[in-house]
Amino acid sequence: MSKETLAFYEEPRIGVFVCDCGSNIAGHLDCSQVAEYAETLPHVVYVKENLYTCSESGIVEIQKGIKDHNLNRVVVASCSPRTHHPLFSSSCAEAGLNPYLFEMVNIRDQCSWVHMGKRDNATHKAKELVRMGVAKSAGLEPQEEIESSLIRKILVIGGGVAGMSAAQALAGMNLEVILVEKSSQYGGLLRQVNTLDTGEDALESVQALAGEISTQEHIKGYLSSEVRDVSGYIGNYDVRINTPDGEVADKVGCIVVATGAVSLIPEGLFEYDGKQVVSMMELEQQLKHNDLSAKRVVFIQCAGARNEQREYCSRICCMMAVKNAMLIKEKYPLTDVQVLYRDMQMYGTHKEQMLWNARGMGVRFHVYDPADPPRVAGGNVSFYQSVTNEEVSLETDLTVLSTPLVPRSDAGTIANMLRVPTDQNGFFLEAHAKLRPLDFAADGIFVCGSGRYPATSVEAKTQGIGVASRVAAILFKDKLVKSAIVAKIHPESCVGCMACLSMCPYEAISYNPELRVCEINEILCKGCGNCAATCPSHSAELKGYKAEQLLAQIGAL
Amino acid sequence: MGQEFNPKIITFACNWCSYAAADLAGVSRVQYPPSMKIIRVMCSGGINPNYILKAFERGADGVLVSG
Repeated sequence: MSKETLAFYEEPRIGVFVCDCGSNIAGHLDCSQVAEYAETLPHVVYVKENLYTCSESGIVEIQKGIKDHNLNRVVVASCSPRTHHPLFSSSCAEAGLNPYLFEMVNIRDQCSWVHMGKRDNATHKAKELVRMGVAKSAGLEPQEEIESSLIRKILVIGGGVAGMSAAQALAGMNLEVILVEKSSQYGGLLRQVNTLDTGEDALESVQALAGEISTQEHIKGYLSSEVRDVSGYIGNYDVRINTPDGEVADKVGCIVVATGAVSLIPEGLFEYDGKQVVSMMELEQQLKHNDLSAKRVVFIQCAGARNEQREYCSRICCMMAVKNAMLIKEKYPLTDVQVLYRDMQMYGTHKEQMLWNARGMGVRFHVYDPADPPRVAGGNVSFYQSVTNEEVSLETDLTVLSTPLVPRSDAGTIANMLRVPTDQNGFFLEAHAKLRPLDFAADGIFVCGSGRYPATSVEAKTQGIGVASRVAAILFKDKLVKSAIVAKIHPESCVGCMACLSMCPYEAISYNPELRVCEINEILCKGCGNCAATCPSHSAELKGYKAEQLLAQIGAL
Repeated sequence: MGQEFNPKIITFACNWCSYAAADLAGVSRVQYPPSMKIIRVMCSGGINPNYILKAFERGADGVLVSG
């Protein structure tokens, strides 16, 4: 950066934008007062209150402010930087302001929303927060983003419908894919299923997909193989795969986790014996082989799900039960089919219609009380029917337990290997359920299919294609640009004590014996600043969070 | 005495966990006293002891480091 540019930043000209967020902020504190107050703060030359700063018009206001008032720092007082910092800082960059000269003040999630009904106090706190943000922003420095290379190859773990769809879509974009499947065949859980909800044969549909995969030149498939080790970072991962022909080592740019889930085997539930009382997956097989002899079939929904042990709803079992109930009614119209349920989870118009069609075909639905679950004994299912306030007893030849999908037993091992989180049930946890449903918080690693949460085949396929698009958005760039919020060690004052070395959780610091100083690998550095807090000579600092910047923020309390 | 003690509390919250939790508190509309203010840091391990002393110096009654 030239000396002229740096000189431009020396005398701060700060613009403050106060967001009403409709009534989310303005409904609980006085934004106009906050804006008025901001005008009195040192170095502030321009203040604007917006109805929604993140809207098109709000962004234009910021960009116009930068140009018209020659701003060299921008502060937005609105929601959380965790969600909106990237939008605002990139908007500043579009207007020609270095994005690292942007600072955000959280007056919604951590002020207006948590001090409802205390308008004066909340307004006062918002003013203080703005004052602190402005004080910090005055000391911000422009930064250059860090660039690194990318390997245009992807590792897909799991060859079920999600993994295959992802691999196929990626290969379709001429990206190289390594597809690793633990079992000896592609297809995953769908191999156990009879038909899809669309009426399509499940096995045929996965075999068709597997056929396309095996002839696709950009996909290198490894069956009966497992990923053993992963190291590196986005754009540059080293992976080792155990295959029947020995270990294979390769380099990839991104990783897709599509390891799927398994159906819970209902051992010990509702007198399960695999003969008179079977699981839904066993019924799928009976229907596939046309050997259903029962004349009276009772489905019990939520078997082993939505209880203390497993609180979640597996989401697809109601649809499977209705699909199979209808299939039985179609093939064997005289068979009596009853479904005992807690809540029917038939989401979407198509599935809702399935439920009505099933009722029309004569499938009967009874609600049961989870506090008093149905009892299965000797060809009889009895339960308390709350609607009629009486005990009902149903004769049955076959009881089908709708069990939930549960995470694979090795999901935890994969999570540890990739350093990605799982939720309280053991499913892989995405970065954000709504904003980033297919990403992990770790850059360059993605998730799709039932490993994330029970999904239908259509959803797994859609997620696989979605992941392909997320990956392509990274790998089709010329190079990887990384946030400049990383640590820096000043070699002139570093004495090479190596105190920072052991503090760095990412092994991003190494000792240079020639210069006798410690050095940061900026690509590996995640910007935690542990080294800066440890360094006895204050040679290490975290860009954007330097001690003087933080102390200015605290000093403005 | 008579007057209610309203402690000024400064929280240093890790961007990746506690700060996100504080956002979640907002989204869930969990209410807490306005005398608590949060300063975002990229890791609780990156907090220099000087920050804590500075907060006390500036009149904080309590400092919470969360991460």
